[in-house]
Amino acid sequence: MKNTFIGAPIERREDLRFLRGRGEYVDDLAPNGVLYAVILRSSVAHGRIKSIDTAAALKIPGVHTVITAKDMPGGPPIIPMRLQPLPEFKPFEQPVIAHDKVRYVGEPLAVVLATSAAIGEDALEAIAVEIDDLDPVGSREAAAKNKSLLFEPAGSNRSLVFHARKGDADAAFANAPYVRRERLKTGRHYGLTMEPRGVMAEWDAAKGRLTVSGAAKVPFFNRRILAKQIGLPEDSIEMIENDVGGGYGARGEFYPEDFLIPFAARHVNRPVKWIEDRRENLMAMNHARETEADIEIACERDGTIIGLRGEVHTDMGAYMRTNGAVGARNVVQFMAGPYRVPHVKLDSLLWMTNKTPVGTYRGPGRFESSFYIERLLDMVAEDLGIDRVDLRRRNLVASAEQPYPIASVQPTNANDQYDSGDYREALERCLTEIGWAEKSKLQGKLIDGRYHGFAVGCFVEGGAAGPKESARLAVNDDGTITVFMGSSAVGQGVETVFAQIAADALEIPMDRIRHVYHGSTNTVSDGYGAYHSRSIVMGGSAVLDATKNFHAAIREAGAKKLGCDASDIKIGEDRVSGPGGKSFALAELAGLTAEGAFLNHKHTYSYGTHAAHITVDAQLGEVRIVDYVVVQDVGRIVNPLTLRGQVIGSLVQGLGGAMLEHLQYDDHGQFLTGTLADYLLPTAGDFPNLRCFVTDNHPSPINPLGAKGAGEGGIVAAGGVMANAVANALQSFGAQPRQLPLTPTYIWELVQAGQRQAAE
Amino acid sequence: MPVQFEVNGKSVSVEVEPRLTLADCLRQNLRLTGTHLGCEHGVCGACTVLVNGDAVRSCLMLAVQAEGAKVVTVEGLSNDADLTPLQKSFRKHHALQCGFCTPGFITTAHALLTEEPDCDADRVRDVLSGNICRCTGYISIVEAVLDARSAYKKTGGGP
Repeated sequence: MKNTFIGAPIERREDLRFLRGRGEYVDDLAPNGVLYAVILRSSVAHGRIKSIDTAAALKIPGVHTVITAKDMPGGPPIIPMRLQPLPEFKPFEQPVIAHDKVRYVGEPLAVVLATSAAIGEDALEAIAVEIDDLDPVGSREAAAKNKSLLFEPAGSNRSLVFHARKGDADAAFANAPYVRRERLKTGRHYGLTMEPRGVMAEWDAAKGRLTVSGAAKVPFFNRRILAKQIGLPEDSIEMIENDVGGGYGARGEFYPEDFLIPFAARHVNRPVKWIEDRRENLMAMNHARETEADIEIACERDGTIIGLRGEVHTDMGAYMRTNGAVGARNVVQFMAGPYRVPHVKLDSLLWMTNKTPVGTYRGPGRFESSFYIERLLDMVAEDLGIDRVDLRRRNLVASAEQPYPIASVQPTNANDQYDSGDYREALERCLTEIGWAEKSKLQGKLIDGRYHGFAVGCFVEGGAAGPKESARLAVNDDGTITVFMGSSAVGQGVETVFAQIAADALEIPMDRIRHVYHGSTNTVSDGYGAYHSRSIVMGGSAVLDATKNFHAAIREAGAKKLGCDASDIKIGEDRVSGPGGKSFALAELAGLTAEGAFLNHKHTYSYGTHAAHITVDAQLGEVRIVDYVVVQDVGRIVNPLTLRGQVIGSLVQGLGGAMLEHLQYDDHGQFLTGTLADYLLPTAGDFPNLRCFVTDNHPSPINPLGAKGAGEGGIVAAGGVMANAVANALQSFGAQPRQLPLTPTYIWELVQAGQRQAAE
Repeated sequence: MPVQFEVNGKSVSVEVEPRLTLADCLRQNLRLTGTHLGCEHGVCGACTVLVNGDAVRSCLMLAVQAEGAKVVTVEGLSNDADLTPLQKSFRKHHALQCGFCTPGFITTAHALLTEEPDCDADRVRDVLSGNICRCTGYISIVEAVLDARSAYKKTGGGP
């Protein structure tokens, strides 16, 4: 039987439980005797802790214990970097609980354990904290003054400078016939998950075993950190991945609570559960994106790009967290996007401030850099009198140039290349789908009180982070098969897509794959999780390897059973047969299992184009999307239904970042956006006219599936395209958006400035 | 204090603190964990349940206020045998990913389609704009709800 599950819009297995309210998220667990943890967080952005008095809190009936740094012999452990673990970052890493200084509003100071979360919250009010205020560092400009230092021993608020280099930019700029320099900036966003974070830990004192529920994204890595911090062998800790209500890069990294809750469970020898509330989530989960670029582009008169040069500043918040450097690295590594830029000299400066620390958020650094390059390209086109689309056509990396090397980055020695694809093809398809040739004649026109604007932008999306992923297959008692994955589920549908891949490779119907288990540390020997759009490429390729080993194991077992050569064994849907009509049920091999892995250090680059048609009310600064098209080529489509979900879902997150979202602080580091009424997210009425077209015309040459990571392309170009569309609509006012989000106020100010200039 | 109401067709009596929300009562006391808490301040809509037929945020209502009411949660809009037409439509259109906001969308959409099985796309978007989904981008959710209208016209959403 030849299957074609790969490529088919298979409805998801996960949906059967989610739609009935039968998902099991960590807050749905309630073991007997559980204590609820509630965390006291700093209300001061920068200060020195004088005292924490818990006596009054402990007197409240139902309060069991209050844990502070003093309860941790040897001081609170430090959370190490997971990605780019450079020695330079060491002084800036975060302790699991504040012990000498507080460095952001929301930093954990104490953990209350109580018989209910409500009593725990009552107890927070009764804890007396004395903090001597220090001068807060409320912005990256303040950080650069180095007057008030977050980390005195480090001597500077700058944790690192990344250098992205290609060719000889200084020489190229010296001889360039055209140069434009701009200052542009992006807002502070975060990968808000609808399920707030949660951890539940159970300590089995007799066996010395710790079970931690609520793991997500990278459970195996987090187990390694926790084992070291808490002083247990790794195999004495089991991390359980329950249903996870969204990831987006933010959920599942190792946060302070990932130590505090297991520590608390062992400390009191009771199960302990902590569920974050939304206010905490806004100030405790990784922030992202707040960058400012001071960059210049050099071009020939015909628009051929010669080089990019300049600096990007990232507001890192108070600590270097596990993956906190990724965005700041990416913003300079990928500034050129899908365009041919022979000379690059970009520095990325990482500034520590008294804000919530940053980590990755879907399309880290790519959303920001795409905004920068796309804005620059539209300005170049206007300056040089070149059509915006032609400018992009001229500069897109051609398929004949693949694999195409991009700027290398120091000090991490990141050298990467785009793997394959025809970027021009995606651009032309996108223009056709939106009807660019005809409709863009409306650009800048005022119709029924609204100005029409158009923009187009191209992107690449990195995926498939290595080094490895694991998969294991096993025969069940009834002859069906279970798949165990090192990949993690964060809502993207891995149970369905891995069943598709396995059923195709095993040449059996999909319902013979009874379960796909994932994430938890008891499923496979080693797992690497869900980030950098890696699950289908890495996990899917591991499934392919496991199916080979699985078939070999069945052949070997069948040969033994039937007394024949392994090569004579045929494996059917539910039976194993040998020569001479002898056969037996696959169920007789119940328990047979085989593991496989995929090892890979190369990255995939899916790519595509966004195009937008918008209208703007110049008096209200209000923007409406008339039509928005994304075309993305992903090498090989496994499930078009879930893939479209990734593209449109990430696009709307990108539009949120372009138009609405911004985490704000005042100059004292006080957090101003602590509710969902302050941090604005897209809702169903905001962006109704979005379309996507996914293709798999150009398979990736670097993995057996030919697939490319595809969870982030929808977000990448949204900021640049929306800003360019606004500039295009409001060209009669000379409006040039230089920052995101494009709030009504900001657009209105651009219009007012344009009118003032016209009047002068 | 004691409170009595009906949940998913069954009468329940619970002893609660006056400050306990209906959401916490459903989740903790009655172990109906399909109702999810996304913000606890009435913005995200994940905790939406039906109270006497109206879509209500159970994080903004106290359990004691439910005295005598008929409460229906996502579990009450489901059965073991098969997905309902609304649920099938969500699955067909891939109107959910992580599933966390989904119960709130199901209850909200059920209330809307029960009252207005002829609603148009604008009305669907308007009503659903009180619920936040971070995964799907909403397009597929709106399509799913529109596609489920016929089932409500014919059978009120039953199979």
